[in-house]
Amino acid sequence: MYSKGLKPLSVATVVTLATAMALVFFYAPLDADQGFVQKIFYVHVPMAIVALCGFVAGGVMAIRHLRSGDRSWDMRSYVAIHISIILGVGVLVTGSIWAKASWGHWWVWDEPVLVSFLVVFLLYCVYYPLRFSIEDPERQARYSSVFAIVAGAFVPLNFAAVRLAESYTHPRVLSQTGGSLPGDMRLTFLVSLLAMALLFVTLWKLELTAKHASMQLKRLRRKLAEREAVTA
Amino acid sequence: MPALPLDEAGKYVAGAYVVFLTLIVVYVAILGAKIARIDREITELAAEDEE
Repeated sequence: MYSKGLKPLSVATVVTLATAMALVFFYAPLDADQGFVQKIFYVHVPMAIVALCGFVAGGVMAIRHLRSGDRSWDMRSYVAIHISIILGVGVLVTGSIWAKASWGHWWVWDEPVLVSFLVVFLLYCVYYPLRFSIEDPERQARYSSVFAIVAGAFVPLNFAAVRLAESYTHPRVLSQTGGSLPGDMRLTFLVSLLAMALLFVTLWKLELTAKHASMQLKRLRRKLAEREAVTA
Repeated sequence: MPALPLDEAGKYVAGAYVVFLTLIVVYVAILGAKIARIDREITELAAEDEE
């Protein structure tokens, strides 16, 4: 069901990731201000964008679950949020490394981009205890969907608030005026972003395939047990 | 702050990319182990059914 097209997608992901790495280290020029340290940008920012989009996608899938009552949409929403949290860990760690290299501190509390991402990440950390504290599967799916929708709506609001904030230290790469990245850096960034998006979709499909297989196995076991009980 | 010299900046850049790759490799390894377990259990179940 979910494994359809997984193989070509995985190949495309690996090829795009390898291309992105090659562009980062052999094509993109060194930043005049930050030098070699700026290479962290190509992994940190795409990871952050994809993680945030994953949170929003989780919210959209949760809406589909509540509208249709189809629990597979709740599973899709859960997996999207799960992978976004994993990417979120990567964003926070790589962001800290970049902050230490650029500003001399592992964390800067007055930097709105960093702190707002931490707030979003911590918000989504609540999703697990909320989901797994409810035993009834129907209620679990419904409550988790409500959380995913509310939190998913918070992500763009939070992003907009940060954009409206006055102090900026992160480079503006996707602004309406074209941003501040030169052409070769922009190309490298876009390929990195595509690679990260493909990675997200591949992992999402892979996790869903594993979950679906696990559920089918449980169903099979139950049927086999029922058959044995009848024949005994 | 002025740009760090290459030998010092290299450590940070390598650190960031190692973190990213480790995350992905560990996640894929956990998923791989999970899929292998499911596969093994299905084989066992099929064998049980044949007996």
